Amino acid sequence: RRDVLVLTPWLAPIVWEGTFSRDILDAQYLQKNLVTGVVTFAVEKYWFFIEGFVSSANKYFLAGHPVNFYLFTDNPEKIPHLQMAPENHLFVITVQNHPRWQDISWSHMDIISSYIQRQFQHEVDYLYCMDINVQFLAHVGVEIIDALVATISSWQVTPQQDKASETHPESQSAFPEVQGDFYYTASFYGGSVSEVYKLTRACSAGLVEDRENGIEAPCHHESHLNRYLLQHRPTRLLSPEYYWDTEL
Amino acid sequence: RRQDVLTVTPWLAPIVWEGTFDPEILDRAYRPLNLTIGVTAFAVGKYTRFVRRFLESAERHFLRGYRVNYYIFTDSPQSIPRPRLQPGRRLLTVPVQKHPGWQEISMRRMEAINQHVAKESHGQVQYLFCLDIDMVFHNPWGPETLGDTVAAIHPGYFDVPREQFPYERRSSSAAFIPEGEGDFYYGGAVFGGSVKKVYEFTKICHMTILADKANGIMAAWQEESHLNRHFLSHKPSKLLSPEYIWDDRKPKPPQIRLVRFSTVNKNYKEVRN
Repeated sequence: RRDVLVLTPWLAPIVWEGTFSRDILDAQYLQKNLVTGVVTFAVEKYWFFIEGFVSSANKYFLAGHPVNFYLFTDNPEKIPHLQMAPENHLFVITVQNHPRWQDISWSHMDIISSYIQRQFQHEVDYLYCMDINVQFLAHVGVEIIDALVATISSWQVTPQQDKASETHPESQSAFPEVQGDFYYTASFYGGSVSEVYKLTRACSAGLVEDRENGIEAPCHHESHLNRYLLQHRPTRLLSPEYYWDTEL
Repeated sequence: RRQDVLTVTPWLAPIVWEGTFDPEILDRAYRPLNLTIGVTAFAVGKYTRFVRRFLESAERHFLRGYRVNYYIFTDSPQSIPRPRLQPGRRLLTVPVQKHPGWQEISMRRMEAINQHVAKESHGQVQYLFCLDIDMVFHNPWGPETLGDTVAAIHPGYFDVPREQFPYERRSSSAAFIPEGEGDFYYGGAVFGGSVKKVYEFTKICHMTILADKANGIMAAWQEESHLNRHFLSHKPSKLLSPEYIWDDRKPKPPQIRLVRFSTVNKNYKEVRN
């Protein structure tokens, strides 16, 4: 691929169709006997997306490799019967809903980090956090597996117009200098279980601190995610092919 | 960015070329880690004459500002020059036996490096580079080169179809690579990685070299052949472009914007006796 950037200035590959051989990567992944997990939340009306997400993920996400799907929901009774591939497992975890949507994103990060600590770290090697209101349309394979992985937002903007244009410089997520690397979407990120733990801990701590100071940063957890990734650069980036916002 | 060369392998390992990375971003990421990087180089017999230039040029260009341990493997420690080194950098000699024939010496490097890691360097360094001594640094070699397993693309074969790679083609050798297989031809003069990974693959290469010895066969390019066999099945996590392993006798093609590390012109017949 010559038409796109395939390597960041810190030598992290940017994954686009045509830059990799899934066969070679599959062989490497199999050598190591890895298990990958997916975390997603279906709270309130979002239970509606469960079937579409799980059935498409079952078909296209790391097909042929064991995947643990961890589905957090406040409506376990609304979950339809889902046929899983033999190597995959679905774990439904009941959570409480929060009255304010701003609290939801904080609590997601917090929930993820505490579950990593108490459970996921013993069950998976890699963990990916995704929004549930998506469907997989094509294969997403082991090319996404690396220590700390973020997806370039399809709203990628120029350095000067930051999407999360911070009007509260005292917010924990205000960018001290906009380096204009990349803007990442909070809808699909992941990596090794230890890296995701560190990331979710840092983001939820930042969100809590903002709340205590009465600040609510626009796009919330996404701002915190981006701030974290500016200081702890991802080891691999996924192109916007991996999460395309159809509102564009 | 570079559009004239391949900068990512099909297994998503970066290929480091000038213009693909920002040295400042990498420095900012690596400096705080307080790393010590090791360098092994073999100066046996007449090859001790290359040590001074190697070390002096490394002091100017190799991971400047980082802590470095130079491990010079030699049969005559007393003839190793000890130039002044920057702070945080030190020179240690490692005794090795002299062997008849340069191929023998070359073949025993894997074993020597592996044993030294087990005995000493694993506790001293986090990353290790194994370099040929008869070479000189001309331009910066920085933390862009650090990775789990690092191999360098041989300058003679980076632009050449794989059928022409001088892999070992005899199936009786443990370094055998059949026609139609192979990603790159890696040079034996530069390889490295995390100290753990270097320990692992030098052990494996040493084993395959011994297997060949037992069968009375010596691979076409000695340990370089075995290294290539290993890196075919265990792909490196990072590749260095030929900027990092250049041969000054070759004319510089446009893809080579700068030469960081290259061979010293020498009389092969003279030094190999």
